[in-house]
Amino acid sequence: MAPALEIRNLSYSYGRRKALSDIDLEVPAGRFVVLLGPNGAGKTTLFSLVTRLFATQSGTIRVFGHDNAREPRAALANLGVVFQQRTLDLDLTAAQNLIYHAALHGMSFREGRRRAREELARTGLAGEMGRKVRQLSGGQLRRVEIARALLHDPRLLLCDEATVGVDIGSRAELLRYVRSLVRERGLAILWATHLVDEVEPDDPVVVLHKGRILRQGPSREILADSGAADLGDALQQLWEAA
Amino acid sequence: MRGPAAFARCFAGILWREALRFFQQRGRFIAALVRPLVWLFIFAAGFRSVLGVSIIPPYETYVLYEEYIVPGLIAMIQLFNGMQSSLSMVYDREMGSMRVLLTSPMPRWFLLLSKLLAGVMVSVLQAYVFLAVAWLYGIEPPPLGYLTVLPALLLTGLMLGAFGLLLSSAIRQLENFAGVMNFVIFPMFFASSALYPLWKVEETSPLLHDICAANPFTYGVELIRFALYAKLDPLSLGVVAGFTAVFLGAAIYAYDPGRGLIARVRGPAAG
Repeated sequence: MAPALEIRNLSYSYGRRKALSDIDLEVPAGRFVVLLGPNGAGKTTLFSLVTRLFATQSGTIRVFGHDNAREPRAALANLGVVFQQRTLDLDLTAAQNLIYHAALHGMSFREGRRRAREELARTGLAGEMGRKVRQLSGGQLRRVEIARALLHDPRLLLCDEATVGVDIGSRAELLRYVRSLVRERGLAILWATHLVDEVEPDDPVVVLHKGRILRQGPSREILADSGAADLGDALQQLWEAA
Repeated sequence: MRGPAAFARCFAGILWREALRFFQQRGRFIAALVRPLVWLFIFAAGFRSVLGVSIIPPYETYVLYEEYIVPGLIAMIQLFNGMQSSLSMVYDREMGSMRVLLTSPMPRWFLLLSKLLAGVMVSVLQAYVFLAVAWLYGIEPPPLGYLTVLPALLLTGLMLGAFGLLLSSAIRQLENFAGVMNFVIFPMFFASSALYPLWKVEETSPLLHDICAANPFTYGVELIRFALYAKLDPLSLGVVAGFTAVFLGAAIYAYDPGRGLIARVRGPAAG
């Protein structure tokens, strides 16, 4: 089976400024992978390339075997995305935002409404369907965004700093829900974050810094190899050595 | 989700969102209507005695200035609506909701064209409401004109919407939009045949006449003017169709992730 996401020799520059250098990364189907890096590491650029907001300059990106430059429709149809920046229309209700998204994926209004009801119920927001999005809390907004990302049944979910702006309690709950998607729905997830406390010992981690991958492997291994007391210190060592 | 049905549903969704936003923003609807009505009721009424409009096509008799100005005011509605759509694209980009549109698996040209068409339909609705008020005021084009003006409204709306779309790709921040008002909308409107016939402009300044004659908005106004009297001006049709193709092609190019300016010039917001 093709990996959920396969990135080979990916580089990207903004003019003369190199944002990503020779990225090789793989997210196996049905796995939760953490993309760990500080602000400015290149996570959002990477997501913009995978989602075709930017076109690749060199290297390839495949989503379940579909090259996103040559077969963008097939690649994007398999992708669900939660961006770091809020992307909901604040003047519409939660349900309207989801129905709009469904239409963008070629679904009918009826199907969109049905799926919106299902996904919002799964995230515990069944009672908020008719509320304007601007009336929801930060944690609720993120849940609506996750519900929307899952509406068209993608097989790969990309989450870019999805817990930014969310209080600690909601953050843990959100992360628990996203992890449950791997177990219960077999989704592959690429979870980009700068917060080490969101990483579990068995998580495969990709450490990104200044546009380069410094290390890949299970979190437990990275920690053991560094000899540091915790993952935060281990990352600090990696960044200082880079 | 492939095939024509998926495309139709996608377009319906974009149109639906545009309509929802439009009807939620009642102020926008009222402002869009009040602006041309102020011109019609105050400006045109005041200038009626100053400006005499002789018999020029498509008119077959002398017309009052109010009657002359109506097609220009309809085009004004469409011009402002096109710029409003452009503003909304910049807003969507700043607020992030543009990403939702652009990460749809549908082809980007289709998404942009759908967004454009949805905006045009809103402007056509506004134009008909304005025509209804103008009719109550006594401006009565032939009944057939209300039908024949529809394709002219669609085409002119597309041209101005595509122009707005192109502008939105070049505007980096919402704050820069004030410049668009001063440097694009006002010169485009005033340097056209919307308020005065070109022969009258030529009497005053041949240079200004040439500027007006080079302004694509002039041809949008004339296309609407002729169509409203159930006539066709082939020159205006050709110019408006040509500029629509150019503006639309350039806008799609500008929004293309591989070739456009957006990705190359800007970095992401974070990460």
